[in-house]
Amino acid sequence: MRVRGLWLEAAFWLVLAAGFVLWPSRLPLASQVLIAGLFALSYDLILGYAGILSLGHAAYFGVGAYSAGLLAAHGWGEPISGLIAAGLLAALAGLITSPLVVRGTDLTRLMITTGLGLLLFELANRLGAITGGVDGLQGVEVQPLFGALRFDIYGRTAYGYVLAVVFVLFLAARRLVRSPFGLSLRGIRGNPARMRAIGCRVDLHLAAVYTFSAACAGVAGALLTQTTQFVGLDVLSFGRSAELLVMLIVGGAGLLYGGFIGAAVFMIAHHYLSSLDPVYWQFWLGAGLVLIVLVGRDGILGLGHRVLGVRRRRAGPAP
Amino acid sequence: MSGRLWGALALAVAVIAATGAAAQDVVKVGMIAEMSGPFAETGRQMVNGAKAYQKVYGESVGGRKVELIVRDSTGPAPEVAKRLAQELLVNDKVDFLAGFGLTPNALAVAPLATETRKPMIVMNAATSVITLKSPYIVRVSFTLAQVAAPLGTWAARNGIGKVYTLVADYGPGIDAETAFKKTFVAGGGEIVGEVRTPLRNVEFAPYLQRIKDARPQAVFIFLPVGEQPVAFMKGFAERELDKAGIRVIATGDVTEDGQLEAMGETPLGVVTTHHYSAAHDSAQNRTFLKAFAEVAGPDFKPNFMAVGAWDGMAAIYESIRRNGSGPIDGDRALAALKGLKLDSPRGPIMIDPETRDVVQTVYVRRVQKRGGRVFNVEFEQIANVKDPGK
Amino acid sequence: MASLLGVLFDGLAYGMLLFLVSVGLSVTLGLMNFVNLAHGAFAMLGGYVCVALMQRWGVPFLAALPAAFIAAAVAGVILERVLYRRFYRRSHLDQVLVTIGLVFMAIAVATWAFGSQQQPLRLPSTLAGQWSLFGVDLNVYRCFLLVVGASLAVVLTFVLERTRFGAAVRASVDDARVAEALGIRVALVFQLTFAVGCGLAGLGGALGVEVLGLDPTFPLKYIVYFLLVVAVGGTGSVKGPLFAALLLGVADVAGKYYLPQVGAFILYAIMVLLLIVRPQGLVARA
Repeated sequence: MRVRGLWLEAAFWLVLAAGFVLWPSRLPLASQVLIAGLFALSYDLILGYAGILSLGHAAYFGVGAYSAGLLAAHGWGEPISGLIAAGLLAALAGLITSPLVVRGTDLTRLMITTGLGLLLFELANRLGAITGGVDGLQGVEVQPLFGALRFDIYGRTAYGYVLAVVFVLFLAARRLVRSPFGLSLRGIRGNPARMRAIGCRVDLHLAAVYTFSAACAGVAGALLTQTTQFVGLDVLSFGRSAELLVMLIVGGAGLLYGGFIGAAVFMIAHHYLSSLDPVYWQFWLGAGLVLIVLVGRDGILGLGHRVLGVRRRRAGPAP
Repeated sequence: MSGRLWGALALAVAVIAATGAAAQDVVKVGMIAEMSGPFAETGRQMVNGAKAYQKVYGESVGGRKVELIVRDSTGPAPEVAKRLAQELLVNDKVDFLAGFGLTPNALAVAPLATETRKPMIVMNAATSVITLKSPYIVRVSFTLAQVAAPLGTWAARNGIGKVYTLVADYGPGIDAETAFKKTFVAGGGEIVGEVRTPLRNVEFAPYLQRIKDARPQAVFIFLPVGEQPVAFMKGFAERELDKAGIRVIATGDVTEDGQLEAMGETPLGVVTTHHYSAAHDSAQNRTFLKAFAEVAGPDFKPNFMAVGAWDGMAAIYESIRRNGSGPIDGDRALAALKGLKLDSPRGPIMIDPETRDVVQTVYVRRVQKRGGRVFNVEFEQIANVKDPGK
Repeated sequence: MASLLGVLFDGLAYGMLLFLVSVGLSVTLGLMNFVNLAHGAFAMLGGYVCVALMQRWGVPFLAALPAAFIAAAVAGVILERVLYRRFYRRSHLDQVLVTIGLVFMAIAVATWAFGSQQQPLRLPSTLAGQWSLFGVDLNVYRCFLLVVGASLAVVLTFVLERTRFGAAVRASVDDARVAEALGIRVALVFQLTFAVGCGLAGLGGALGVEVLGLDPTFPLKYIVYFLLVVAVGGTGSVKGPLFAALLLGVADVAGKYYLPQVGAFILYAIMVLLLIVRPQGLVARA
């Protein structure tokens, strides 16, 4: 069972790496799907593994996006160091806000995170002199990767860069959730009181995973800025957080790959439906969502697992 | 990355390029517009405006078919706009980029226009800075400063001495406020108070109360198109600010033709400055209104955004005509567009050869009832207004 | 003094509007514990029914309001039978997804049926204008909202806490199996409660058009407003959301009047603070 899982995982990443020949004309879309996938993975860590329901995760995505954008606009256009700086700043934002989100019921957490996200959006709008406000930040100039590879119009450099970064962070996240730390998180998700009773520092665990999740979200935001060479207020929008939630549930929460599957299905469906029917595509997207939930629990991956008969490695019902 | 991969990729690109080159009798226009989300009205206006133009002037020009490819940018989403532009340029091999209702979307795409040397026709996004971002950008719509500045001059000249300004707290609102204040104060007017309202605001009561307390002669407003101008005008009427001797002056977005109806009779008497009114009296405007109704149905009222798209198509047709039979060359198209004069439904317009921005007549209008419907009726005009924001 | 009273009045009226547009959600989410993000879609339906009746058939506003309630309630019953019923026992996440899907569909249908522009609503002259009382301007429609909201709160509280039906609802939500064993027809109770929640959403939507406007993005645009009232107020009662809405309304209006520079932050900042202080909501369920 374990071995077959490993083969499937290897195949997944190999197919992505072969994207250069498999979908050469769709690389820009593929890059954005991967970025959304990483963002959804970061969300999976807190929702799927730690059980924190949030509608404000775009805040950390936005902090990363603006950090990378501001650095590049003020002369620090080297992408990799910019990416690391953006991830660290987003982690800091996550660390500072984590005490606020680790308490209360689902609805409370949902609304506290929503509120924080909206406040940050308003702040970025108000600080128009720094962020460019609704017009977006101008003058973002990202230098070629390793000083040699330009971010070209076909999106080749961008795709390779995004894929590499996403893979590295995925490995880290995979390591994390399979460690004893990850097991404790699932315990907390299942029953926080019992975990407290057996001496687990619940708040510290949640703060740690929230910080790491924020860092991943920040890197995703920074990748978007660097590959688009632009950043606007939309990175912080409520809509982005809501879409994130939809993507993850579509793919399946708590399964590590759910975010990628969900992002791919959601964005590709969105892309083709909106090309076919630019006005009413939302209807078909909505109908698709309803259908997915009707057919299966735990999203597409959950369905896939049941079909393939893979044993599910997770505890308790979804929150 | 292995050499073989790059080789395969180059081959794939070459194949796509070869198939694209065969179809030179078709000129493709890639239109990126906000077709869904909170700005769906913008995109729907633009696409129908462009289609109305094709309905009147035919789908081909100079023996070549003009194919309109519409893509939905979904709202203020620069990364989507940029990705769509990449795909339109690389996969669909479009000759023109067009559309753009929102500034960030236009700004994100600008570098691609420069890189591929394709003309990019901005049909609405109204921030001054856009045309500076690429030498291949041409704007046929307007800039906010272009229509706000003449209002300041007009107000100061027409016995309005004290004004309170209320604008939405975001880039365009601040641009409008700045441009209005500059000309109004220069004309001898006095700003007695100012307030900036949240971007997503529905409750105007406290602001209206502040304005009432300050007793100005007029309040200048700029609010994003949508529910806010409607809510403001309703609140204004219900709190009887008009009876307290306060008038409303605004840029024409606030009383744009599409949503005038939703405001009821509350905006009667409001004075605005703008570049287009559905009540503009000209043969070209009647042609436009008739074609738009045929394309979009009688219930969908066109506004300045539809006119922006109509004129954008006119500019594209003209540059195709002047390009001759060869492939569309970006630089030649730009040369044709610079200094181009068009007879627009709004009146005469010209593309400034230096800034590539539109030069046009700005009208002072008053909201009035005509034959049971409410219109912006033009009563004064200022010819050849350039964008003062550059 | 007059301005203070004026701000208080406007704030209470605005709060009552928030209560009215979200009271339906405090029934479906608060009482039935169903994360009904499509609440705004039912509200939008009520709004469109109200506007269409008034515009196309000349129905008076006051008669269009009950029609909005009924239309949304009927839509609620149908969707409950076809869809919602299957999701009562599913996870909150599945409920989120299915209701978001409904919202997307509702947006597209509304665009198709009514176009993407703002809809006009003309209040009858009896509800327009304002009264002046001790130097305070009292907007007539706002007085109307206060009266409607207060009456609704009283009726709902009475029904839920004093009637047999209310007891049946609470019992069914707390433990469906035991309730069933006691002879309560749980499925019917749920269906009725859900219909009432949707009807209230429709009514709130119709009452809200005057202030919030109406276009197809309505259900998404105001989703935060609907949720925040229920979250801050606490689930399981009508009192909680009512207090929360009034408190938020007064704070928002006072903030915008006295401190317009920070207007955009007030509502959300207060929401976050209240939730940090009282994570279970103002009126926590016993």
